Amino acid sequence: MNVLMEEMNRRALALGIPLGAHLDVTYRCNERCVHCYLDHDDHGEMTTAEIMDVLDQLADAGTLFLTLSGGEVFMRMDFFKILEYARELSFCIKIKTNAFMIREKEADLIRDMDVNSVQVSIYSHRPEVHDAITLLPRSLERSIKGIRLMQQRGVKVIIANVLMRQNLADYEGVRQLARSLGVEATIDPTITPKMDGNREILGLGIGGKELRDVMHNADLVGNVDDFCATPPPVGDEDLDTVPCSASHTYCYISPYGDVFPCVQFPLPTGNVRKQRFLDIWRYSPQMNDVRSIRPRELPVCSTCSHIGTCTRCPGLAYMQGDMRGPSVQDCEKSYARTGIPSANMKLRFTATNGHPVAVAQPANLVQIQLAQAC
Amino acid sequence: MTTYVARSKQVAARMLGGEMMIMSPRDTTLFNLNDVGSVIWQSADGQTPLDEIVVRLCAEFDVAPEVARQDAEAFVQELAGHGIMHVSDQPITAEPPRQEPT
Repeated sequence: MNVLMEEMNRRALALGIPLGAHLDVTYRCNERCVHCYLDHDDHGEMTTAEIMDVLDQLADAGTLFLTLSGGEVFMRMDFFKILEYARELSFCIKIKTNAFMIREKEADLIRDMDVNSVQVSIYSHRPEVHDAITLLPRSLERSIKGIRLMQQRGVKVIIANVLMRQNLADYEGVRQLARSLGVEATIDPTITPKMDGNREILGLGIGGKELRDVMHNADLVGNVDDFCATPPPVGDEDLDTVPCSASHTYCYISPYGDVFPCVQFPLPTGNVRKQRFLDIWRYSPQMNDVRSIRPRELPVCSTCSHIGTCTRCPGLAYMQGDMRGPSVQDCEKSYARTGIPSANMKLRFTATNGHPVAVAQPANLVQIQLAQAC
Repeated sequence: MTTYVARSKQVAARMLGGEMMIMSPRDTTLFNLNDVGSVIWQSADGQTPLDEIVVRLCAEFDVAPEVARQDAEAFVQELAGHGIMHVSDQPITAEPPRQEPT
């Protein structure tokens, strides 16, 4: 992150401004990815006018960085109307899409509206693997075509590759594909529980040796010695810092108007169909509860040697039952990087005398229930 | 000669704590304008002559007209060089054609 971007984040944090927002315009999708956490039925999406009103409110609140995602954004017939309005409000926009429905006309419009970047999900360079994950025939072929059309028009495209057991062998192939298309590529081994709390899809993710191999691949992480180094001694700064941007400078809004601290943090804080966005952002007890979290007060993580370098996600911890508890997936990542068990791993091992432990009950994820109530 | 200035519609921009943050779509360069620059930016609607913007600056920031004029001209030329502002001797009503990627 460059100096000016850091300064902008610092200023937004000090002023309590939601500098970034993620707005899912729909949960409907033409793909049915095996690892997707969403319910793709429409439970009453916001209308075009409602979304425009939300965009007005976000602009007034100071939001600059806006991610428009789904579901598949192009399932909405009014998506370009929404996009055009968002650009009139001078947002810096990132679109997340599978690019299946992007043809010449769509690529032209994305270029003409000066979208900052478009992130496209690609799981493999092989159709038999990618299409088996999306469950949509010819999806890889169509997505690549969409990427090519955008790249040819100068649109910045980023391929996002979620790593699972099913496509673990193909990440190098995806990176080569990205290079051949002239676009960037990222990988992410994080699988998120379903919105209804169902954690079965977590079994699709990689762990253990597979995760360790990924974390020690210099092509992916750069300097392995640095990336996988033993964490330095924990200092006061590590314990008193803001753990992540959720609820501090960033928030998530669902297609039904529900506002959450983050796209990966399904704690309901309010609904823009009933309240003004800034009232939710500033005064929601849930938002302020998340805002109050500091590493020092976390009962387990504050004792962990990884606390200063861990990517602990409070949203994943929430989905495991306690937003102030450990995020098991991040414990696993820290362990895979360094070979040093987290405090939570040691505690669980000791508490069960070395036997496997039951996973904590998931939080009551009420995202859909709230939407139905609207 | 009357000078007109217009914000590029291609940028992303937001006021943050009294200062304008601007992101160029060309190379995602971030610009941070101070309070004086922010007033010029917000006034650059393509229709308001730069001289009139300078008068606003003098009223708001206690600066001599000639100094304000020179600074404002240098400022808009610099932003124009970065492709985030348009400068013309005619009122600006439309975004100039974009440059195609090479």
